[in-house]
Amino acid sequence: MSTSALTTMILTQLFVTAVTGYFFYKVLKTPNKKED
Amino acid sequence: MSNEKQSWGTRVGLILAMAGNAVGLGNFLRFPVQAVNNGGGTFIIPYLVCFFLMGIPLLWIEWSTGRFGGRNGNHCTPFILDNMGKKRLWKYIGVFGIFTNIAVAAYYTYIESWTLSYVFHSLKQSFSGLNQFEVANLFGSYVDLNTNTMGIPFEPVVLYIFCLAINVYILSKGLEGGVEKVAKIGMPLLIAFGVFLAVRGLTLGSNGAPEGCTDCNAFLGLDFLWKPDFSNLWDAKVWLAAAGQIFFTLSVGMGTIHCYAAYVKPKQDVALNAMAAGWMNGFVEIVLGASIVIPIAVGYLGLDWVKENASFSMAFQTMPYLFGKWGTALATAAGFMWFGLLFFAGITSSLAMGTPWMGFMQDEFGYSIKKSAITFGIVTLIMGLPTVLFFQEGVFDQYDYWAGTVVLVVFALAESILFGWIFGIDKGWDEINQGADITLPKIYKPILKYITPTMLLIIFIGSLVLPKNNDWEKAFKEEWVFDETNSIIGQINNSDIKQNRDWFSTVYESPTDGIVKDVIPGGEGILPLIVIGELPKSPLISTDELKPIPTIKQIELNNTDDIINVKPGQTIQAGMPIASGWHINPIFYRGFARLMLIGLFVYLALLVRIANKKRKSNV
Repeated sequence: MSTSALTTMILTQLFVTAVTGYFFYKVLKTPNKKED
Repeated sequence: MSNEKQSWGTRVGLILAMAGNAVGLGNFLRFPVQAVNNGGGTFIIPYLVCFFLMGIPLLWIEWSTGRFGGRNGNHCTPFILDNMGKKRLWKYIGVFGIFTNIAVAAYYTYIESWTLSYVFHSLKQSFSGLNQFEVANLFGSYVDLNTNTMGIPFEPVVLYIFCLAINVYILSKGLEGGVEKVAKIGMPLLIAFGVFLAVRGLTLGSNGAPEGCTDCNAFLGLDFLWKPDFSNLWDAKVWLAAAGQIFFTLSVGMGTIHCYAAYVKPKQDVALNAMAAGWMNGFVEIVLGASIVIPIAVGYLGLDWVKENASFSMAFQTMPYLFGKWGTALATAAGFMWFGLLFFAGITSSLAMGTPWMGFMQDEFGYSIKKSAITFGIVTLIMGLPTVLFFQEGVFDQYDYWAGTVVLVVFALAESILFGWIFGIDKGWDEINQGADITLPKIYKPILKYITPTMLLIIFIGSLVLPKNNDWEKAFKEEWVFDETNSIIGQINNSDIKQNRDWFSTVYESPTDGIVKDVIPGGEGILPLIVIGELPKSPLISTDELKPIPTIKQIELNNTDDIINVKPGQTIQAGMPIASGWHINPIFYRGFARLMLIGLFVYLALLVRIANKKRKSNV
């Protein structure tokens, strides 16, 4: 596997995993708003 | 209106259900194939650009539109769009938001039943000891009504009905008690199975290479999938493929997101929820989807084979054979996980497809949850049975093309224009931001108004006049020849069918050039068969034997008393009459499938009209 392919794969997968994790974490940490 | 008020139990449940709606078989099968065919590692650049410019805006449009509808007591698109557009036309455009779901569920449930059957076959070790072609043929036997693989008569029909019944049962338990529960179990399991298989894909290397195969190495597959070739960035085909992938992977343009979001409480967030669900779909696609099929297939069959044959059917026709290389215990576990993963991906999507109809019937006709689920099952069964009974005649493909592809783009284009231009971008922006748990970048306001509809328009026009071989450069610089199979214009004209163009005929024209290998006359219970040896166009390579497999076409005629007019050894040309007798030609089944779809749309439009009259008389 070439270095360019390995770099693209790792960077892309890390980026997507991190962003997904960030949004999911934010969902878990944010309390629901109260409905009147 | 029904007295049973539905809502989501938890926020996580809602996001998992939304992600489950988006995650489908395409995440594991369509994405890697698209990437392989469109520049490998470079594909991710247009893919992410399209996600930011079209995917995220459409998610926000649909989530906020749905919550807006729910606030006004509407849980499906006809009256949600009507409320936003204030013109009668929008109600009927909104019909697509129910139509697409029933039409897609009709054949999607059939795919689900394949996965269920293959889970059973994996556990039973039916693939053990079979070569690649025997595994591929097992699929052919499964979809053939005259044979069965599990000892059940009319197996595909029985399993299809069984799968539909599972869907109806879960739907009848309501959002919180049914859909949300399944999503909470199915999505984590899907990810766990996916991680297991992805680890195998990423670590396989050349361990599985058969003797003599020099390009059988999973790392070569990963290299091919991820190596950037920046020259592809200037190719319109790559951008259209990326936009199309984003569009289909997110399940936008269907009406399901609107319906799910309609059950979000008025003050709750939709902006962050949409991002969480959308990115989770991206994770399953980019991280898991890209690490399973392509590397494993290249590891055993070689890069050249995969370049030539990468397609959706690999899931059923190739993967079980490859798992078989891992030894009995691991093959059983891998098969169970792979088809289990596809089953969960499928059922979380098909459940979402049931909810717009249910929401509509509950809102407008006061149906209970149970009654609306059962009626969804009945309508879907009526629409779906032809895809099972006439699968090989192409009814399934017609549903997929028109309902599962073209209509989605049309509907998404319409809703993006409605949101940005008719409802108004200022109101729309406020709607997305209401209760938002994240700060939305302001740049998205002009993107929502200008860029997203423009991209959708380009996709639509691109599909309408798609040039042959997807070669846009040639089309612009030289002659514009439509793709006969995939362009909308080519499909409408059935341009890819050159012979037997009447629905019914008394002579049968050969669909191919070749030499007649064998003829088997009809008899009692036996349909006449003509076996034609075609010149091999793209020979399959068997890794078991490493030699070309001759391309054979078997033509089974419709009636036992058809008369065959050719003899073995005779050279024939395409279009030459080779049999006489009364025939139903494949073009008939295309027409039939299209009539079924039109009939469904008209039926739903009539229901919307009746509901509208009811509403007016109640005012």
